[in-house]
Amino acid sequence: MSEMLLSVSEHLLAPGGLAIEQLPEVLGELAGPGIDAADLYFQSQVSESWALEDGIVKEGSFNLDQGVGVRAQSGEKTGFAYSNAITREALSQAARAARSIARAGQHGRVQAFSSPPVSALYAADNPLDVLDRAQKVELLKQVDQATRALDSRIKQVTVSLAGVWDRVLVAASDGSLGADVRPLVRFNVSVIVEQDGRRERGGHGGGGRTDYRYFLEKGSLGESRAMGYAREALRQALVNLEAIPAPAGTLPVVMGAGWSGVLLHEAVGHGLEGDFNRKGSSAYSGRMGQKVASSLCTIVDDGTLAGRRGSLSVDDEGTPTECTTLIENGVLRGYMQDKLNARLMGVACTGNGRRESYAHLPMPRMTNTYMLAGESDPEEIIRSVKRGIYCANLGGGQVDITSGKFVFSTSEAYLIENGRITAPVKGATLIGNGPEAMSRVSMVGNDLELDSGVGTCGKDGQSVPVGVGQPTLKIDAITVGGTGA
Amino acid sequence: MSAVEVVGPEAVPRLQAQVEQILAEAQKQGASACEVAVSVEQGLSTTVRQREVETVEFNRDQGFGITLYVGQRKGSASTSASGDAAIRETVAAALAIARHASEDQCAGLADAALMARELPELDLYHAWAISPEQAIEQALRCEAAAFAEDPRIKNADGTTLNTHQGCRVYGNSQGFVGGYASTRHSLSCVMIAEAGGQMQRDYWYDVNRQGELLADAASIGRRAAQRSVGRLGARPVPTCEVPVLFSAELATGLFGHFLAAISGGNLYRKSSFLEGALGQQVFPAWLKLDERPHIPRALGSAAFDGDGLATYAKSFVEGGELLSYVLGTYSGRKLGMPSTANAGGVHNLFVSHGDEDQQALLKRMGRGLLVTELMGQGLNLVTGDYSRGAGGYWVENGEIQFPVQEVTIAGNLRDMFKQIVAVGNDLELRSNIRSGSVLIEKMTVAGS
Repeated sequence: MSEMLLSVSEHLLAPGGLAIEQLPEVLGELAGPGIDAADLYFQSQVSESWALEDGIVKEGSFNLDQGVGVRAQSGEKTGFAYSNAITREALSQAARAARSIARAGQHGRVQAFSSPPVSALYAADNPLDVLDRAQKVELLKQVDQATRALDSRIKQVTVSLAGVWDRVLVAASDGSLGADVRPLVRFNVSVIVEQDGRRERGGHGGGGRTDYRYFLEKGSLGESRAMGYAREALRQALVNLEAIPAPAGTLPVVMGAGWSGVLLHEAVGHGLEGDFNRKGSSAYSGRMGQKVASSLCTIVDDGTLAGRRGSLSVDDEGTPTECTTLIENGVLRGYMQDKLNARLMGVACTGNGRRESYAHLPMPRMTNTYMLAGESDPEEIIRSVKRGIYCANLGGGQVDITSGKFVFSTSEAYLIENGRITAPVKGATLIGNGPEAMSRVSMVGNDLELDSGVGTCGKDGQSVPVGVGQPTLKIDAITVGGTGA
Repeated sequence: MSAVEVVGPEAVPRLQAQVEQILAEAQKQGASACEVAVSVEQGLSTTVRQREVETVEFNRDQGFGITLYVGQRKGSASTSASGDAAIRETVAAALAIARHASEDQCAGLADAALMARELPELDLYHAWAISPEQAIEQALRCEAAAFAEDPRIKNADGTTLNTHQGCRVYGNSQGFVGGYASTRHSLSCVMIAEAGGQMQRDYWYDVNRQGELLADAASIGRRAAQRSVGRLGARPVPTCEVPVLFSAELATGLFGHFLAAISGGNLYRKSSFLEGALGQQVFPAWLKLDERPHIPRALGSAAFDGDGLATYAKSFVEGGELLSYVLGTYSGRKLGMPSTANAGGVHNLFVSHGDEDQQALLKRMGRGLLVTELMGQGLNLVTGDYSRGAGGYWVENGEIQFPVQEVTIAGNLRDMFKQIVAVGNDLELRSNIRSGSVLIEKMTVAGS
């Protein structure tokens, strides 16, 4: 047994008088007659956040949450119950509730545990402990003061720091036994500026599966990464002070590298999650092997990137994550699968089974989703547009996977006129149809970039951290929802 | 299958004792003031799809959250763990944070004199004795009605029956302690229609504090099916500037944006386009917005706010004029105003309306867009700029012509609020905000 498995199981099981050796017995109760698969997900999570506004550190909060989720599956049916108490008694009670969906049938078998080797993508230490409270408070204050000194038009600065330390243990009737210790940190700055009675906001941040020291690392300017976020937030706010109404109508759009990968998350990613395709409810259902995007597009979901916000050593079902090719040169190659949908579709699980917590059921979810670099020079892509929009930064997005319609909102965008970036335009929502928009990708840049690490994806009421990325790319026509001409 | 245990009003005394214990522990450890909320919840959620059970989920949650003060410094902590050790450690965690936070002159509990004294009985708890088998049966009946409604309903995306009950007690060191049990039951249905190579999905649902008062399962299924089929053949319209009619269930969102824009938190952060709008005309002169927090059984009802203050009925807008911001104790102090007992939000907002139904409003609109679906979060509260993905129906001569998709609607909320032509009498009753359909004079529709 690995050292991590030992320490995590000691932490999660021992206080309630349990040991790994007892889990096959619990799984045996759970995977009785008529149950095809069953698993137990133990989790303990500590998290904290600190927030500064009006120049003072007003708030800090700390949360401790722990429990066990108990799941039984019978065909396409899933029974689920959970408990905050991690004891033998609580497990049995939850197991009885979860297995109530069982049909009559043969007795399920519990395989002997085996733990596949996994690569360590992040450190196992508690990321909250690397700075003491006074240092955290000092960091927020320093960034606030240095930011306010940058520009007299700043009216409000809010700075926040948050960290999570998750310890999970998964034991399944198929013999999977996995443990993971997951750090996750985030730093955000938001700035409100005012000029001639006009007010605008800019925001930026970053983070990943690392610890707070990440924000103190000095960049090329000799400034901390945290201060870099502040400068970027201010820059965006000042750009927006000059913004004119965005045009309304269908136009060519150039999407910047990095965070604009929200486009792929919405237009492609969700539609390729296994559950929707098993159910036939996705615009991409039944299109495996078909052309669903321009041949310039190769898109992957990669949970194996070290330290990235969307990365996981093993997913929440104990499966090691992978780099899954979703679309290769425009052709649909793969879906993202959890165990249930992989089993029902008769394909391999891709390590995309994720859940918000022990109190939620796993489903196929993205990790880090991005498009591989192409060959065009980003400058050349801009030059190719006579009249259109350049989207440098986005807010959120959303998709209706059935009709394929997706939206995203710009937070920093510009007009392109005669091949040159000109006036900034106000935030606007862009709307398109996934497969259609992807088939209109006519140029892909050589400048692949991943986002800075602040993405959160929501599905069926469950939030999980994700990453996105893309090179600069051009979509020949998409609807831009401004108010201007 | 095991039935759901009861987490009802009988849990209140037990949680009150926990609140007292936690307050005492905070005082013992050195906090100068403290507030605590303790809750227990449980529920059952069953989903069927394609005539089969898909999931049966039993939920059971408990936990408490504490905010304490050391002079003017504040710290918070929460946990799902229980027992004396968890209480000691959580208090200690909050205290450690408070000792490092900055002095904040506005921080602190509300004055003891302002705390609610008598709590009206709001009748929010109606346990539903429904077994998992009965829940499945209702969901199946709902979905079956949807499939039977139209042959173009080819697939389903899940029909879910949820029943949820909980009990929550809040108390603070100013001597206030109040608690209540509540229930919430819902049935929702998502169906997929297919024709001409197009797939469309849409949904319908009902929610009620009393399970027996939910709309008939079959009627919810039929409505979901009709809405999905109605979307078939949807297409964009050319870019234009036209009147827009928001269906009632989406119109509530417009007033939700309004409440966010007049909420103290956004105002003192200089993050609202309505900063300084108190006393100004922000809506047409006939429009009124009232909060009525004590309606028995209503979804938004509450006897006290997040600070322990007694909630009370009031108008935020009358004669189109902004009469009051939405303030809690803290944001009130930041703005130099008394709290409006809205820490945590507004409880049951009523939008005044005329006597026209949606049909009559379509006639009034003549030519324009009826919006029945919105996508994305394209709202900038700092500027009021609004731009969202939309779907719905194109209307000519007051009649629906064809379904529309892949368009955006855009404007500025300040203008949109002033340009409200009429509010219909087709009230959305499933929301904390009760509004009819809202007709707006003009917005930019971007499309093909």
